[in-house]
Amino acid sequence: MSVVFYILAAMTIAGGLAAMLLKNTVHCALAVTVAFSGLAFLFLELDAQFAGFAQILVYVGAVAILVVFAILLTRGSETPKDSVYSKNWLAGLVIAAGVFAVLGWAVLQSAAVLPHETATPTVTVLDIGNALMTRYVLPLEIVALLLTVAMIGAVIVALHEKTEAQ
Amino acid sequence: MIEKMDQIFVSLLHWLISFLPAFLQPFVGVVICVAVIVCLYPALFALAVLLERKGLGRMQNRYGPNRVGPFGILQPIADGVKSLTKEDIVPLSADAVVHFLAPVVLVVAVFMGFAVLPMGRNMVLVDMDAGLLFYFAMSATTELSVFMAGWSSRNKYSLLGAMRAVAQMISYEVPLLMSSVAVVMITGSLSLTKIVAAQDSYTGIFPHWYIFTPWGFAGFVMYAIATTAETNRSPFDLPEGESELVAGYHTEYSGFKFALFFLGEYVAMFSISGLGTTLFLGGWSAPFSFLTWVPSWIWFFSKIMLSICVFIWVRGTLPRLRQDQLMNFAWKFVLPMTLLNLFVAALWHFLGEGWQRWVFCSAILVVAYVAMGLVEMRSDHFGPRKYRYAE
Amino acid sequence: MLGEGILKGLAETAKNFFGSYFSKERLTTVEYPEQRIAPIEATRDFPFLVYDEENRDGGGPEWEAGLRCVACQICEKECPPKCIYIEKSKDKKLDYLGKAQYYPARFDIDISVCMSCQICVEVCPFESIKMDTKFEMSTTDRFGGLILDREHLAKSNTYYHKIHPTEAAAVDAHLAAEKVKADAKAKAAADAAEAKAAAASAVKPAVKPAEGAA
Repeated sequence: MSVVFYILAAMTIAGGLAAMLLKNTVHCALAVTVAFSGLAFLFLELDAQFAGFAQILVYVGAVAILVVFAILLTRGSETPKDSVYSKNWLAGLVIAAGVFAVLGWAVLQSAAVLPHETATPTVTVLDIGNALMTRYVLPLEIVALLLTVAMIGAVIVALHEKTEAQ
Repeated sequence: MIEKMDQIFVSLLHWLISFLPAFLQPFVGVVICVAVIVCLYPALFALAVLLERKGLGRMQNRYGPNRVGPFGILQPIADGVKSLTKEDIVPLSADAVVHFLAPVVLVVAVFMGFAVLPMGRNMVLVDMDAGLLFYFAMSATTELSVFMAGWSSRNKYSLLGAMRAVAQMISYEVPLLMSSVAVVMITGSLSLTKIVAAQDSYTGIFPHWYIFTPWGFAGFVMYAIATTAETNRSPFDLPEGESELVAGYHTEYSGFKFALFFLGEYVAMFSISGLGTTLFLGGWSAPFSFLTWVPSWIWFFSKIMLSICVFIWVRGTLPRLRQDQLMNFAWKFVLPMTLLNLFVAALWHFLGEGWQRWVFCSAILVVAYVAMGLVEMRSDHFGPRKYRYAE
Repeated sequence: MLGEGILKGLAETAKNFFGSYFSKERLTTVEYPEQRIAPIEATRDFPFLVYDEENRDGGGPEWEAGLRCVACQICEKECPPKCIYIEKSKDKKLDYLGKAQYYPARFDIDISVCMSCQICVEVCPFESIKMDTKFEMSTTDRFGGLILDREHLAKSNTYYHKIHPTEAAAVDAHLAAEKVKADAKAKAAADAAEAKAAAASAVKPAVKPAEGAA
């Protein structure tokens, strides 16, 4: 666990905490972008180049913009009238701790099962491409179909609004 | 001798770091390269600004600036002094932290893109395996800074300009990536050095640049359109249209922060034309086989400056596109053409050598272009305008 | 729709760019203040008062003696932004026709207010105020530097001929015609008076012997 890992982990956690605690919603969106980039750097530290850059390209470049647009086009950008902290914070804390415990247990269990490799295999983009086209072609096509359906759905929703407005 | 001139910067770097102990050498080498990039491109930016003003002037039948030095050469210095000494006005209700960070994020993201551009033989800062992906990741970050600038100014016009700019940049990201994917497909690698190396051969005197293939030419044209839109450059400069939105998302910026936005825009232009030359124009390779004695870095920078001249030329010629025309163009024309281009590039690869593939691929592309142009881009909307929300 | 318009446009701007180094019509800039275009004859900037060089009545400097203005104050009344201020003199001077006229003791024009409409020139019955062609009159004195008084406004008829040749020639012809008419009238009046005097003196001796006889 090197120094770099601790720094990046601190950055990610700080981003996540800020996203939760800040009052202004757009500030929260920007903080969550910091958390995304922290995750991307963690991928890069683990030598997963493709995953890291794709994380930046997709999350910081597109998802963050989407979140921000959504905040701006609805009323989220006004300061909230009631407090940011909800009244049932104790229940929320308990549930979050429960989820974290389950996930942590699952990861640690699977870590015990994985074979100990001395050298990390280098996965190039070529390997990822090959795998996507041979072994994982069905999930790829399903994801493509899902994206197409989502886009068509968005167009239909917007179209419906237009005819309603007219 | 030719070799020495070609590798002069590399040998200079090696000589400089040879004075240091071995464990410091890579680190200091990288720092020196970064320092050179950070000093060189703003200098080129000053040159480009001057070139633009004089070039636009000549195209508009007038002199450009010619008072400051002989032929106005010292004008960028005057501009620099002006932007440094102007008062930095931050609106009272603006979000101070985000307002400050927006130009910083822009400049950082833009300079990061230079890390993977091969500026000459053996002259890449970081030879990454997924270099192209890294480049696009960095250029996606610039959109975020545009939005931050527009929103933090707490100004309706800035916000409107920022929304338009972000919508435009996102819409044109897709054709940008798709036209680059055709190149990646044919080369078989995302690494920019390998892409340049694949174009570095000659048949007779003609080079194997990708622009000289049908799919490469179409891809280059669409890449050029997409880059003009990505850098908010005329004719796609509605977000910063001076007659519409004052200055769009950088209305509320003055002094040095505005200079940083301006710098960011021009350096982004350099960076993206650098990528375009790497992908389509052969990077640092010479245009004819008898010209390979000229150092490779001269070719790279000449091609970049040529691209900048074309940018300026197009700016002086075309009127601005309206937002809906811009979007229509992106989604209805450029995107289908890039998808078709991918298909044609694959066909090119699988048809093997010979004249058939030239004829086939060119025919498909030309027919598709004409058909799409006549069908999609016709303007039969003459007549009274229909308003979507005003009725 | 196929982009040929764009190519034509690019060709045109390229022609402009390269042509601007060779042909004059592709680069029509005149670099003021090193190069200037000569003003056309009907240029008008700010008014000035014309003085005739033939020294007429009275001493004093040439411009004061030959000033055509008779302080009728019509231009002061007609000026739309009211930038002219005139004070009439107490005594009179002879004009070019020999008549005794008042003259302006004070004639100020505020050129920061003047809008060069030329109405003062059009209404002046004495051809004494005309439009100048000088415009580089900026000054660092912001309290009085842009108010021109009589001395600065008075310019000679020769200068008027230099800046507006045809107009000045027409004015001179008009004034000469007036003078001829006035002279003719005076001569006719003088002749009539002389004839009347001769008739009176011819009648008188006829009357006298009658009175003497009676």
